[in-house]
Amino acid sequence: MTNPDYTTLELLSIMCSRSMVDGHIVFAGVGVPLLGATVAQQTHAPSLTILFEGGIVGPFIQPGRLPPSTNEMRTAEKANMLLSPTDVLALMQRGYVDIGFIGGAQIDEYANVNSSYIGPHKSPLTRLPGTGGGNDIASLADTIVIMPHTKRRIVNEVDFITSPGYCQGGSSRKDSGLIAGGVKRIITDLCIFECHAPGYKLVVTAMHPGVTKEQIAENMQFAPTFANELEISDAPTNEELDILRNIDPDRMYLG
Amino acid sequence: MGKIAYQKAPDVPSYIDLRARLTVRNRGLRDKVMSLPDALSLVKDGDHVAIGGNTFSRTPFAAVWEMIRQKRKNLTISRSITSTEGDLLLASGCVDKYMTSWFGQGIVWGLSRVLRDYVENKKVIYEEWSHMSLGMMYRAGAMGVPFVPTRVMMGSSLPEALRTKLETISCPYTGDELLLLPALNPKVALIHVQRADKYGNAQYDGLPFMDNDMAMAADRVILTTEKIIDNDDIRATPEHTRIPFMAVDAVVEVPGGSAPHECAGYYDPFYPQMGTYAALTRKGGVAAAQEFIQNNVYAPDNWDGFLGNMDMASIVSESHR
Repeated sequence: MTNPDYTTLELLSIMCSRSMVDGHIVFAGVGVPLLGATVAQQTHAPSLTILFEGGIVGPFIQPGRLPPSTNEMRTAEKANMLLSPTDVLALMQRGYVDIGFIGGAQIDEYANVNSSYIGPHKSPLTRLPGTGGGNDIASLADTIVIMPHTKRRIVNEVDFITSPGYCQGGSSRKDSGLIAGGVKRIITDLCIFECHAPGYKLVVTAMHPGVTKEQIAENMQFAPTFANELEISDAPTNEELDILRNIDPDRMYLG
Repeated sequence: MGKIAYQKAPDVPSYIDLRARLTVRNRGLRDKVMSLPDALSLVKDGDHVAIGGNTFSRTPFAAVWEMIRQKRKNLTISRSITSTEGDLLLASGCVDKYMTSWFGQGIVWGLSRVLRDYVENKKVIYEEWSHMSLGMMYRAGAMGVPFVPTRVMMGSSLPEALRTKLETISCPYTGDELLLLPALNPKVALIHVQRADKYGNAQYDGLPFMDNDMAMAADRVILTTEKIIDNDDIRATPEHTRIPFMAVDAVVEVPGGSAPHECAGYYDPFYPQMGTYAALTRKGGVAAAQEFIQNNVYAPDNWDGFLGNMDMASIVSESHR
């Protein structure tokens, strides 16, 4: 989709920002989740607390000083506390985190995410950077996945489950030992999917402005299911876009 | 692959052996200051070497650089998140096995061409663990217990892609299914800090990462420090000491010892240099990394020569004024 008013990454960042709730504790990575959380702090969620896997509790990222990783001092600007990665991730295991955000290279109909290998792991076509804290977030917290909406990314079956969604569906996630957390929502640049009991398959619950059902279907491998009451997202506002572009003036993440 | 097939890892040691290795260490309060080459000569071929810091923050870059210069072989490397140093360790041929949760110089520089080549062509045993898992494994090692139960990595493909066979249990108290992460007790931990005394009492600022657990888990610790300070200054602020002297075997003063990565309070990451390296390897792959190693690791006379080559010397010396 091309829109003259905003880019795909800008749309993803704004939609991500809107999923942040004031007062929540969120676990975020760099890129779109960091931008979304920072926009949220400057709009509707001033008391949003961000955790980064580097061990950082409650920073306010400064406009124009975006970090290229979640594990460096730039990510710690105005933080309340610096922990070890082990301990900040353990906060999530304890249950302190409302929502964790992850991305990845592929997602399947049960919201399993791959960020490790394209092709079989024993003879991969492409070795990707890997889980980082992604597996920890997906295992331990209610999770939102941010994913560009393309046929290469929304696939019938992921090549490797780095970060489990609902495994093979039904009770299989719980049966594997993951009794808490799980993917609640997938935000793409075309729509929003949700996963609900008992089946936990992706269901389109909202489409972004100007997007058609056909467009959604054409850009993924399996046939999408649409909710009966399908919402249409509001377009990013000028205020949201101004704040976002001010945070990333060098377009480090926005491209 | 023949030479690496026999490698066990993570090698959960017998508790008695682990303690015996500690018993024979000279753990007393003694002067441990030495040169960078002497310190890194404590690393032997085949050792499991854990690397402190994280991504490009407080990386013991000088220690890794010297280890590559000494052409160590068949190493197992573990680090929670891997950046530039991982490329150099693989491309220099030092490593048989790499354990990490994420490998890339940093998200803005794209995939590591060196990692891709080594994994896709099966030139290294690559074990991908979750970030928390590696932290908990060092912690188990530091606590002297063989495993820590956790609630991660289950339901994923990560366990099936490991050499290590992971076990789960049904919790005897609650019935919950838990994954048992095996202890990691590295042979050597390389750690860079802002200040330490000659005995090895180490204080660091900024993000603490897993350095304390890693140091206490390891059989030996090689400490590099921006500055060696007086023991009286340590005793004036003992609450800031993160690694005690008894865990440390070598102390080396290396200004700029994390460059081109950051060391909080001294210097920021050298982003332009990291960008230059990424551009080189994006174009030339492993061969470009090897050429970089030839010019910047083997060729310089010493660490200051590396800082000069990389155009980092003035920022480092300015940071020490």
